[in-house]
Formats: sequence, C-alpha cells, structure tokens
Amino acid sequence: MRGLFGKRFAAEAIPLSGTRSWRRIGGLFVIYTVLAVGSLLYILPLVWMFLTSLKPSYQVSSPDWLPDPFEWSNYPRSFTYTGLDFGKLYLNSFVITILNVVGTMVSSTFVAYGFARLRAPGKNLLFIVLLATMMIPFPVTMVPTFALFNFLGWIDTLLPVIVPAFFGNAFNIFLLRQFLMTIPIEFEEAARIDGANTPQIIFRIMMPLILPAEAAVAVLTFQNTWNDYLTPQIYIRDQSLYTVAQGIRFLRGSINPQWELMMAAALLAMLPVVILYLLAQRFFIEGITLTGIK
Amino acid sequence: MIKSAKPLAATEPVWNKRAAFNRREAIAFYLCISPWLIGFVVFVAGPMLASFLLSFTRWDYFTPIKWVGTRNYERIMEDEAFWTSLRVTFTFAALYVPLSQIISLGVALLLAQKIKGVSFFRTIFYLPAILSGTAYVVLWVWLFEPDKGLINNLLDGLGIKGPRWLSDPNTALYALVIMSLWGLGSSLITYIAGLKGIPEQFYEAAELDGAGKFGRFRYITIPMLSPTIFFNLVLVLIQTFQSYTTAAVATGGGPLDSTLFYLVYLYRRAFVNQEAGYAAALAWILFIIILLFTLLVVRSSSAWVYYENEAGKERRK
Repeated sequence: MRGLFGKRFAAEAIPLSGTRSWRRIGGLFVIYTVLAVGSLLYILPLVWMFLTSLKPSYQVSSPDWLPDPFEWSNYPRSFTYTGLDFGKLYLNSFVITILNVVGTMVSSTFVAYGFARLRAPGKNLLFIVLLATMMIPFPVTMVPTFALFNFLGWIDTLLPVIVPAFFGNAFNIFLLRQFLMTIPIEFEEAARIDGANTPQIIFRIMMPLILPAEAAVAVLTFQNTWNDYLTPQIYIRDQSLYTVAQGIRFLRGSINPQWELMMAAALLAMLPVVILYLLAQRFFIEGITLTGIK
Repeated sequence: MIKSAKPLAATEPVWNKRAAFNRREAIAFYLCISPWLIGFVVFVAGPMLASFLLSFTRWDYFTPIKWVGTRNYERIMEDEAFWTSLRVTFTFAALYVPLSQIISLGVALLLAQKIKGVSFFRTIFYLPAILSGTAYVVLWVWLFEPDKGLINNLLDGLGIKGPRWLSDPNTALYALVIMSLWGLGSSLITYIAGLKGIPEQFYEAAELDGAGKFGRFRYITIPMLSPTIFFNLVLVLIQTFQSYTTAAVATGGGPLDSTLFYLVYLYRRAFVNQEAGYAAALAWILFIIILLFTLLVVRSSSAWVYYENEAGKERRK
C-alpha cells in the first residue's frame, strides 16, 4: 500500500515533455503582442509605485510620471515617520519568518518521510486525516487557538506566530511526500546497511535529493509568513513586536497619508520576497511543476 | 507439553524477528510523524471540538463561559450584518473565481508555448502573486485613489471620468476584484505545469485526424487539463471564502458595508467585540458553506474531470 495518491502521482512526476511549438510567424506575432501588452499591465503598478516613492511630497498629486527631483531621502524617512520603528519591525519579521521556514522544513520532512517510506498500522487512515486538514478553514480553529495562547500567556509575544510552524504543515508534507516517493528505495537501503539511522537518512540523503521540493517549501513558507497579516494581527498588539505587514497596515490607517513615504515603505516590505523569489526561481518552478499537481 | 512445543521453536525466532522489525518500523513511523500528530491534536482537532462547543456558549475570553444552547445561531439568522457579509463574499467569489481561472488559463496557454523569452514573461505574470499581503493592498489603494491614482489618471487620458473606486459603495467590491486579479499567478503556474504534462503525440494524432486549433483545444487540452482545473477550482474557492487582508486593509469592510467580507465580520466579532461564542458559531457556518461548495465541485467533477489513468478501464460517469 503506497497511500492514497502515491502511485499515480509518483508515476506522473516524470520530466515534462514540451508542447508543440507554434510554427507560423503570424501566430508568434500575436502571442508576443498579447504577452507584451499583458505583462505591461502587470508591471505598470510596480513602476508607478516606484516612481511615486521618489516624488517630493508636493508632487504626489501630479499626474506626471517622473519625479522632479528624485527624492531618495523618502526611503530613510519612510522608516520612522509615523513613530513606528521599521528597523525593529524588519527584525521581528525576519526572526518570525526564518524560524517558520526552518521549523516547517525540518518537521514536514520528517513527517513526509514517515508517510512515504515507513509501514505502520493506521498509516493510511492518518494520511487521509492529513489531507482532510488542508480543507479545514483557519477561522474554525481561530478563536479556540487564540484562547489557548491567551491561557498560556503568549499574547504579545512572538511565540504564537512561531511555535505552530514546528508541527509541520499539511500541504508541505504532502508535497514532500510526493517527491520522496520518486526516490529509489535502494539509496536508503544502502545507507541503512552502512548503519545510518532515520534522522541521518533524512538529513544526509533525502533532503539533498529532494532539494527542489525543499526549496519550494522554503520559498512558499517564507512568502506566506512574510506577507501574513491576519495571524500576527490576532496575537500581537504591542507595536514594538509588530511585523512589517502590520506596520504597512498601520501606515494605511494614518489620517493624513503621505503616499510617497507609504509607497517607499511598501516597496521595501516587498523586497525580501522578490529577492528570494528571483534567487530561488529555478528550483521553485521546478518544485511546483514536478509535484505532479494535475 | 514442553517437548511438543519444541518443534515450533525453530520457526519462532524468525517470526519474532519480523514482528520486532515491524514494530520497530511502526515506532519509527510514529516518531517521524509525531510533530504533525501532536500539532493536529493541539492546533486542529482540539480547537475544532472546542470551537464547536463554544458556538453554543457566550464567552468573552475572561469571565466564565455560559451555555446558551442554539441562541448564537438564532441571533445570527436575524443578524443583518451576517447576511450582508454573506452576500458580499458570494458576489466576490462569483466574480473572482471564474475570472481568475479564465484569465490564468488564457495566459498559461500562451506561456506554455516553446518560445524565446517565455521565462521572462512568466516571472512578470507571477511576480504579483508573491507580493500578496498588506503592501500589495496599500499599493492598490494608491492606484485606486480617485484624484491622484494611476487608474483614474489613465482613464482621464482616454477622456473618461473615473469612478471613486474604493470610497464608493457601488464600485468598491469591483475594485477589490480587479485588485485580486493582479495576483492570480499561483493558478497560472499550475496551469502551465498541467499544459506541459499533456503528451505532444495527442496533438499530433488529433491534427492527423483533421482537428483544427479549436478542436484540439476542446477535445484534448480541456479534458487533459480538467484535473488541474478541478484542483485550482477547489483551492481558489476555499481561499476566496476566507479572503481577509484585501478588504481589511483596503476598505475595512466599508463604505456602507459594501466590502464586508465574511472573515472581516468574523474577526470583528471575535477580537473587537470579544464575542468568542458568537464568532465560533459564525466560523462553523462558514465551514459548512465551504464544505458544501467543495462537495458540490467534487461531486460535479466526475462529470467533467478526466483522469488519464482510468482511460480504458472504467471511465467514471
């Protein structure tokens, strides 16, 4: 028994064959035109955002695109102008995000390995339960979870937004399991004969072999944690513990919005995910496409 | 007796060894999955049970819990804001889910072609999806600014007087739909992956049979892609019903409750008014709605989702 979807997914997670190329020049022309116009629409908001972030405040209401002069000092000013110390918020966000990434990767890989490789009574039922938890909306558990953390005295600490990551994440477990199923069993049998134990097999053999999937998990977790607003908003009210996402929301709430500074702050808030995405893009796309989601 | 047991002893160690091995493997399995298992009990199963029980109580997190029976559910049925939030959420989903799927499938069809520079375009179309969050929403609030925003600037250039977008109850929800469509990249990626997984021979065979472009799309692409469409549909549906940040940051549910997403209202009840019991009841209603819709899609899927592996065997009807 290989579990619920294992066999089919594993069979399909084979390198992709490309679709047929468009041969006619006319077709190509149409494709490029549509893509160019479409991507222009997609990139325009970011260009406008960047240009606004460099405008002097008296120029923000002008419909002109280019700032005159370029006000680079908007960026340092955006860090403190509402009384929030964004330097501190970045530190909070980084601590939370890094710990979420590490916690999710380690715990999810262990669980995924168990489901992919080890036999035990009740395994299939547990795997179905795992898949079912992906369907449970966060709001259903939101109130009692808050009550629990409140009872533990964890409100206004970073613990409620860090600790749960160390208990794995159903989607990532599923994704990693699909990958592990494709690794030939001989690799670990050889290692076992050499006397390796399960943690060694997971860290030394499995994790490197499923690097694209691990990278996808890392990027997705980084992105979700960095951008998350609702969870910290529930548990963190102390402004010195705010995340960057909360800080940006706070700027939005100011009565007299200074758009050029808000755009500068928002752009800086987006930067870590963009950089990470561009660095990990190759792995990331591969990770997603090879999971055989179809 | 002892003697008669002797012949068995020869096979016993072998059997025992295997049992011990199995037991050891089972223990390893449970150790490996223990993080998830503990997390499941503490953060999923426990809270679910608690929230179900809480939905029949009145509680403010501090004073003692009071059992009120089905009072919360009765009050919800008469709660105007609840119905408003339900209507807003359904309207949003009815617009966003089909539009996002049509657009991302359309773009994916272009981006699955083997053409030069395709990864560049993929990056651009996917970029907004990774930006989701408050910064993303704040950017769009700026774009929608009635007098200085980019959108009305561009409309001005075309000689059109743009609406007041987020501050007008008639347009605010549509503005949120447009805002959300910018970030549809995650469906896009799975569609591209799905398209790439369709074997080329299928298209070649269809072409030999005289199928035109549309025919190939209709009789090969769509059926072969239907599991991906199904997967995206379920995922996006579940996510859409739980939208929060967009409305919470852009409009706070206003103007005049025109963008009061279900979760925005739920958050208000749970953490602003501190009505834990009432909020739990609201959450369960949302859960049941999501479950019904998911089941509906899953049920309907047997009529239109085609699984390659079942071909030849029994094709589910």
